[in-house]
Amino acid sequence: MTATGTTEGNGRSAKTVPLELGDAVLELLNGFIIELRAAGLPVSLTENLDALEAVKHVPIGDRESFKYALGATLVKHYNHWKAFETVFEVYFSLRGKEYAIGEDGELLDLEDGDLDDAQAGDQQGAGGGGENLSPEELAEMLFQSLMRGDSQMMKGVARQAVRRFAGMEPGRPVGGTYYLYRTLRNLDLDGVLERLLQQAQDTQGEASEMDQRLWRDEYQHRIDQLQKEIEAEIRRRLVADRGVEAMAKTLRKPLPEDVDFMHASREEMTNLRKAIYPLTRKLAARLQRKRRHGRRGPLDFRRTVRASLSCGGVPVEPKFRNPNPHKPEIFVIADISGSVAAFARFTLHLVYAISGQFSKVRSFVFIDGLDEVTSYFEGVEDINEAVHRVNTEADVVWVDGHSDYGHALGVFWQKYGKDIGPRTSVMILGDARNNYHAAESWIVKEMQDKARHVYWLNPEPRSYWDTGDSIVGEYAQHCDGSFEVRNLRQLEAFVENLV
Amino acid sequence: MSFRFEDAASLRDDLRRVDYLSDEGIAGVVYLADRLQKPVLVEGPAGTGKTQLAKSVSEVLGTRLIRLQCYEGLDEAKALYEWNYKKQLLRIQSDRSDEHDWAGVSEDIFSDEFLLTRPLLEAISAPDPVVLLIDEVDRVEVETEALLLEILSDYQVSIPELGTIEAKQIPLVFLTSNNTRELSEALKRRCLYLHVDYPDLEREKEIVLTKVPDITENLADQVARVVRSIRQIELKKAPSVSETIDWAKTLVLLGVEKIEEQTASDTLNILLKYQSDIRKAAKELVTADGVSV
Repeated sequence: MTATGTTEGNGRSAKTVPLELGDAVLELLNGFIIELRAAGLPVSLTENLDALEAVKHVPIGDRESFKYALGATLVKHYNHWKAFETVFEVYFSLRGKEYAIGEDGELLDLEDGDLDDAQAGDQQGAGGGGENLSPEELAEMLFQSLMRGDSQMMKGVARQAVRRFAGMEPGRPVGGTYYLYRTLRNLDLDGVLERLLQQAQDTQGEASEMDQRLWRDEYQHRIDQLQKEIEAEIRRRLVADRGVEAMAKTLRKPLPEDVDFMHASREEMTNLRKAIYPLTRKLAARLQRKRRHGRRGPLDFRRTVRASLSCGGVPVEPKFRNPNPHKPEIFVIADISGSVAAFARFTLHLVYAISGQFSKVRSFVFIDGLDEVTSYFEGVEDINEAVHRVNTEADVVWVDGHSDYGHALGVFWQKYGKDIGPRTSVMILGDARNNYHAAESWIVKEMQDKARHVYWLNPEPRSYWDTGDSIVGEYAQHCDGSFEVRNLRQLEAFVENLV
Repeated sequence: MSFRFEDAASLRDDLRRVDYLSDEGIAGVVYLADRLQKPVLVEGPAGTGKTQLAKSVSEVLGTRLIRLQCYEGLDEAKALYEWNYKKQLLRIQSDRSDEHDWAGVSEDIFSDEFLLTRPLLEAISAPDPVVLLIDEVDRVEVETEALLLEILSDYQVSIPELGTIEAKQIPLVFLTSNNTRELSEALKRRCLYLHVDYPDLEREKEIVLTKVPDITENLADQVARVVRSIRQIELKKAPSVSETIDWAKTLVLLGVEKIEEQTASDTLNILLKYQSDIRKAAKELVTADGVSV
């Protein structure tokens, strides 16, 4: 169905009456759920039915309630909320009264009337004026709305800004980010922020550093809001132009746990860094629990007899000793050359976060030289900091700073090889792109003979292995296992199995 | 079947009356839980009022709150029901002299008299409508979660010796989780999901105003602002709402009227519990350029 579907009238009239689910709404919800599934959210049939049941109990005209009703029944994981929101925005963006697009679908003619309506009807006061504003006036309005934190006015400004600066043309095959970029470039939000701060200082007089910091956070927050409004506005227009399904598809993004390490954008990287801490905490808790409860120890005769006394000597409840399985020892050998550095960073982070699960963790990093970095992590509270030090301080360059696995492994074997014992698990991280140097794979074989396990983790998709200068196959034949680890989900699964 | 709540908005007002400041999402989901007769799974960072939500709802309804605190090693005997072995043994032993046949005894010792009800059974066998709170459900092992499934989806408990006990009324069920592990799909599917996050600036300010008597509006505003800024820094443990309240109380006790840098960094240890976090926040707060790393 098209974006300006028949549900619009339905949405408006049903503002007060509980909703009778019409076919149109059902169909829309159906498409919505299919899109959620396509975006990677696990929506089961029961949840689908629950959602249909739930929306009967909320007034559909109330967009926020409608959203929460769907969210509560369909999204069962916090990380998925963002994906849900995006899909929701796309599917239901045009279905509020104030977002009405003209009946004839004439996109470009609607704003002035729209804004005037808004001014008259919803006290969207400052949004008015529309077309007649000069860019300077618009900039001033933007400044004022941010200064006052007036969200209605910001909405109006956002609409005007998109209309004026984004230069959207129907049917043009560019993504929303392009329009966003164009709009933001014209608004110069950084400059506005500075001006806001200046203004605050002028009116409030001398301010301490902390006050300034607080102001900045406040204004930054408002600017973020404005930016969200602009994004929403662009999205609304794109949906009107291209239709719901096509739009949802272009906005589909991998869930945080599925983001590829090697191709993560900067923003995704920050999200990954944020995601890894709770993830490690979760993993550590789970592992500890597994260790304690995985298996029962032998019968504790003394405690059993003691407990039986309260039941007149009948051993109703047998007691067991706590199990005490031994902890493995871990050697991490990580390539930290440019292409795979992010992967190594996350792995080191993860391994150290759960280092309590191992009797000993030692880590080595290399590019063409190799250096031990265990000491960086000792007694450090903040793993991030340690990882940062690894990247900046470790002495890993031998000749030219291009990966040389053969030489790095050689150094390792010569210096630390004797430390590998029968309880050691060795993890080698890298894409094995050796720049056509000698492989020296015999070292891996020797390691395997001495160690308990040798694993190779490769952040490249399996289909790229052994193409070009990648020689992972040559090493992998001597390993107990070689794994493709491209995202947090795979990494987590691997580490869990390791323990 | 009568519903507990008129609509989400009035529920929100009611909650406000018992000093729980909800937002649209929270009130909406609780309202739906009542309508759909489904449990609510409340997740979110520690100290954002997840447990308090259940308490406040029971206060609004004027009903009993039955609480099951989950912990590692929680089992059927402590969550659902348990046979009172000791009493049963006594019963058998005291019977020895009489010529009761075994069938009679076994029928006798597996009756209500020898059954110890635990929170879950208690909640569904209660005659009055109750609120059941299953707290920190993520602390039990995955296998133990299965215990909850029957009660959550059908509101009944099956006891092999007695048969199935069905709920006399449908309790309003809240499960809370600190997200230390992923809950099973089966459990999640049966629940409505509510994520309670740190409140936004206005709501936090209001919370401080309601929970801390004698605080000036100005100070509450400042408290909320500082806390928001601190939450933006990458920390091990961001300050929770309860910590915000503690901090505000401290400031009132100290007679502070306006937060200065010095007071802020001196009392940070109330907001933050890790030494490295305190150091980091103190440093960040006085750096005006606000670029957090």
